[in-house]
Amino acid sequence: MATNARKSQKTRPSDNLTDEQLLQLYKNMMLGRKVDERSWVMNRQGRAPFHISGIGHEAIQVAAAATMRPGYDWFYPYYRDLAFVLAMGMKPVDHLRGMLGRAGDPSGDGIQMPGHFSDASLRIGSISSPVATQVPIAAGTALACKLKGTDEITVVCLGEGSTSQGDFHEGLNWAGVHKLPFICIVQNNQYAISVPMEKEMAIKNVADRAIAYGIEGVVVDGNDILACYDVMYEAVQRARSGQGATLVEAKTYRVTPHSTDDDDRTYRSREEVEYWKKRDPILQFERVLFDRGLLDETLQHEILGWAVSEVDKAEEEAISSPFPDVSELTAHVYGPLPSWEV
Amino acid sequence: MAIMNNIEALRETLRIEMERDPRIIITGEDVGPRGGVFRATMGLHQQFGEKRVMDTPLAELSIVATGIGMALTGYFKPIVEIQFADFIFPAFNQILSEAARMRYRTRSTWTVPLIIRAPYGGGISGGLYHSQSVEAFFAHIPGLYVVAPTTPYDIKGMLRASLQVEDPVIFFEHKKTYRLIKGEVPEEDYIVPFGKAAMRREGDDLTVISYGLAMHDAVKAADLLTAEGISADVIDLRSLRPLDEVAILESVKKTGKVLIVHEDNPTVSLGSEIAAIIGEQAFEYLDAPITRLTPPDVPAVPFSHPIQDAFMLNPDKIATAMRKLAAY
Repeated sequence: MATNARKSQKTRPSDNLTDEQLLQLYKNMMLGRKVDERSWVMNRQGRAPFHISGIGHEAIQVAAAATMRPGYDWFYPYYRDLAFVLAMGMKPVDHLRGMLGRAGDPSGDGIQMPGHFSDASLRIGSISSPVATQVPIAAGTALACKLKGTDEITVVCLGEGSTSQGDFHEGLNWAGVHKLPFICIVQNNQYAISVPMEKEMAIKNVADRAIAYGIEGVVVDGNDILACYDVMYEAVQRARSGQGATLVEAKTYRVTPHSTDDDDRTYRSREEVEYWKKRDPILQFERVLFDRGLLDETLQHEILGWAVSEVDKAEEEAISSPFPDVSELTAHVYGPLPSWEV
Repeated sequence: MAIMNNIEALRETLRIEMERDPRIIITGEDVGPRGGVFRATMGLHQQFGEKRVMDTPLAELSIVATGIGMALTGYFKPIVEIQFADFIFPAFNQILSEAARMRYRTRSTWTVPLIIRAPYGGGISGGLYHSQSVEAFFAHIPGLYVVAPTTPYDIKGMLRASLQVEDPVIFFEHKKTYRLIKGEVPEEDYIVPFGKAAMRREGDDLTVISYGLAMHDAVKAADLLTAEGISADVIDLRSLRPLDEVAILESVKKTGKVLIVHEDNPTVSLGSEIAAIIGEQAFEYLDAPITRLTPPDVPAVPFSHPIQDAFMLNPDKIATAMRKLAAY
């Protein structure tokens, strides 16, 4: 069975985070949140056709990024990983250009749909919209790193809804068979669009499935950033030192509708959503930082102001970016062929 | 210059290229100590070790997906084997949505230089699920190369070409030709480029366009008909995506009559596409309707011998169709 991350451990990896690092985690969460909120606004103003949100998922995403080596480790995100990819080095303007279909977004220069993040220069892989396909691909990347003899690890994300796909199971099976330097993070937000957890699977913890693949499985409170950091830190150590793969299940909640095209009032109560909004991961972390004397109202406002101004700047830059030239329609189907004059 | 059959040419080319390029890795079901169910990788595991010739779980989806994931790193050049093309469909989404679209959706910042080998085709008592021709599904997909070489010379040349491109290649091998077709394979390095057909016979009365096992039958049919005073161009496409439109159109403009022959069923097939190309670009040169000869539009190849034979093409069936078209 999956182990629960115990808060009573004497020394936790997160105990070694400096004050500066703790505040950086907070800033990363806030930046992700503010870019996400702006994306909703741009959609509701009729300026962007589509957004798929990661609000409420920031704790596991920012914590995981902090345990990885950006640009060195390989990362296959999923469509809610806005805060994650920003923490890995992508820029707010990258996402906002994508939202507006503008050129200059490393995810695909306006070709790719918003939320389908990638940046080859940061080793952030590209995803499609059929879910869970990235899991066995990530296992292949981890296998290549192991065969090559590097200590690079591969991290892949998906939602609990996507764990119903065969791709997820096959990918984890490879991770087990080859003892891969691989971490699969399931961001369990309890809904596959409108379908609740109990209609997705007959088990309480996705991480319990780890035993079937011979890998570690860990459940963590996905709204507690320091607990997430502890779990990810250990999973990264395990992967990098050749001890094999981990399935991390971060329990969280999707406080927004599935996407800007969804209306979640048709399938869940407002009381339920309000219950989870009170457990917002940013609110929780603010309490920790206040308790530790690292944050006061002045600094809080300063950080909020910084995040909003970053988003303002990014939005302006995105709006002034050109659309891709229509000649891009037929470009990049194939690479150039070698000169085969025979 | 050695005489080899198709499977020997394939294996020998794999061996030579693996000796040369340490990035080449082979994965698939039973490709390891067993050497593959058709022996395409026989001896390679013993020579190169289990890190380069790797048995996999029996799961086509992840055989392809892990190949994609390895290719994306640039560390390796994976060649994955699908044991029978009939079993490729669990991996179809990975091929269509991931491998074929990666370059386009990322503006070439991510690419998938991956070779997927797949034995296909009937006539071997394989029944419904060890006999299918599935190439049309893949030839439909922009972003993929699809090739079907069926001579030992072409297998070497097209496998070497496949290793040089930076995009995914579906490498179809007609399994009945593995030991049936023999030919000369030069020792030197050479390439058979994608998008270049081969003229197997030359004539004036009609053009036969084919590939795979059916192409070999078409050559036999053409040879039969020379005694009757009918001569034909026989074009071996070899490359199904891209098609050699130049070779097709040049021949059609010369003969004015065209017969398209393949083992895949006719509806929305390679034959449909070739007919459209000719109709669009050589209509005024035609002296007869564009004609197709294929097995019937049935779901798959039946097992029982007489009915399997009824499904399959052969030189007699092709010669009959050629005679009829020549007399039009």
